[in-house]
Amino acid sequence: MSNKVATREAYGKALLELGRKNPSVVALDADLSGSTKTKVFGKEFPERFFNVGIAEQNLMGIAAGLSLGGKIPFASTFAVFATGRAWEQIRQSICYPGLNVKIVASHAGITVGEDGGSHQSVEDISLMRTIPGMTVIVPADGVETAKAIMAMGEYAGPTYIRVGRAKTELIYDDSYDFRVGKANVLKKGTDATIIACGIMVPEALKAAGELLADGISAGVINMATIKPLDSNAVIDAAKVSGAIVTAEEHSIIGGLGSSVAEIISEFCPVPLVRVGVKDIFGTSGKPDDLMERYGLTAQAIKKAVKEAVAKKPRKV
Amino acid sequence: MALAVDDTKGLVRTACTIRMDIVEMLNKAGSGHTGGSLSAADIVTALYFHKMRHRPSDPKWFERDRFILCKGHAAPVLYAALARSGYFPVDELKTLRQFGSRLQGHPDSKKLPGVEISTGSLGQGLSVACGLALSAKMDEKRWRVYALLGDGELQEGQVWEAAMAAAHYGLDNLTAIIDNNGLQIDGACSEVMCVDSISDKFASFGWDTISIDGHNMEEIIDALDRAEAHKGRPTAIVARTIKGKGCSLFEGKVEYHGTPPSDKELEVALKEIKENF
Repeated sequence: MSNKVATREAYGKALLELGRKNPSVVALDADLSGSTKTKVFGKEFPERFFNVGIAEQNLMGIAAGLSLGGKIPFASTFAVFATGRAWEQIRQSICYPGLNVKIVASHAGITVGEDGGSHQSVEDISLMRTIPGMTVIVPADGVETAKAIMAMGEYAGPTYIRVGRAKTELIYDDSYDFRVGKANVLKKGTDATIIACGIMVPEALKAAGELLADGISAGVINMATIKPLDSNAVIDAAKVSGAIVTAEEHSIIGGLGSSVAEIISEFCPVPLVRVGVKDIFGTSGKPDDLMERYGLTAQAIKKAVKEAVAKKPRKV
Repeated sequence: MALAVDDTKGLVRTACTIRMDIVEMLNKAGSGHTGGSLSAADIVTALYFHKMRHRPSDPKWFERDRFILCKGHAAPVLYAALARSGYFPVDELKTLRQFGSRLQGHPDSKKLPGVEISTGSLGQGLSVACGLALSAKMDEKRWRVYALLGDGELQEGQVWEAAMAAAHYGLDNLTAIIDNNGLQIDGACSEVMCVDSISDKFASFGWDTISIDGHNMEEIIDALDRAEAHKGRPTAIVARTIKGKGCSLFEGKVEYHGTPPSDKELEVALKEIKENF
């Protein structure tokens, strides 16, 4: 029995469950339904499933129209196409009028793997969070993905949810209580706090465990909601531990690291080190090798925590 | 006061009122799009004062027909039609484009009742119209969706993604009207990027098509009725129009795409429009 689940798999199952509960839920895809897992929903509810073909701009517009007609549309494709190709459609036709459209984009980050840099979105969080009114959620595992999708039945407004291709470790069980906009403190620390999202959360936990052996107490926060950011959780962590490390499978520009930097620099300046993709495109390879290559590992986080701790002002 | 008119002559007079509102509000605003608002005045009048089922006193009435102004820069024609239908006081037209006004430079559905969806970025409205028409089909609703596009707008690739989808889903509850005035900001469409054979283009995407004179009220109404009667496919009405229609100063002049009438021009425009009243 593997305790690994791809967040896209969890999305497919949760969407079906939500669809069974709520007849207003409809799903759309742009010819990637087998990969994004919206096909699971489409099989049971063919009359509520629209495959618009390879046309991401139209995907977003049709989703907007369905929302105006009273539906709760979930629009899915790969993250790079959803947020890049159709960015302005999301801005103009979904966010500007404030429509209740859920964009669940899969194959985000570099763990897409072999497809290579053209398909590895390292900018999607950044692109989505800059649009006024957009909620941005990056679930850490399959359980959190399912909880986030189910929460969408009651959560109004445009929302972007980022899921991945690769199977990743489960860190939660069914008792976990997901709330939009609420950070989940997994571990408290006094020397530094690692604020992570997505598949970097299990890496952060691993790093914190190993750091303890080196005599460093590192806290871990799962920041599943990038926007609206739980600023209080960030400020508390900065105050209590005095150093912050962020970890994301995304560019260090514009994503979680930037979001956290914006808050601590304004409200509680402490040393910060950002773990993420360093302003470069991805490349083909196996997901694990790529994580290593781009420094998205527990080891990289450990190193970053030590750097951050070293930057802390010495107590007099 | 709300206008309610049913006969063709009455509609022509209403279109004159709409045109006078357009030139007046643009002159007051000091900026905005004259040519494309005037070219669409007859089409929009036919929709709001004859064809569409809607309730100005209850803008969210669910059974209403929906109108999407894909060419959002022609906002003044929509605002005049909404005001004259009774969605908001006609006096508010004077606030066009001003700070704090509900009458934004391009339609904002969050601010103004009667605006179905915010538009302004060209090429997106037809996709939204498809989504609305799909939802009506799913719920077996009678309401129809009308989308008004510019001809220059057809240069946007997304329009053709939507055109493909509308035919694929058999959206016979969707009517697209193309305001074919032949001009865009930088010049004649034929010179900037040729969009000719519009009917053929839509026909090849699987639409029924009707070509009309977009300033002939009887032809407009007849086309809208025929579009409703067509079953199984969406209909595109290609309406040949004159940009700036209603005032000789603006007609067919590309420079009035985004220029409002000056005080002197307003005087001439109001006089000429009244002559057709």
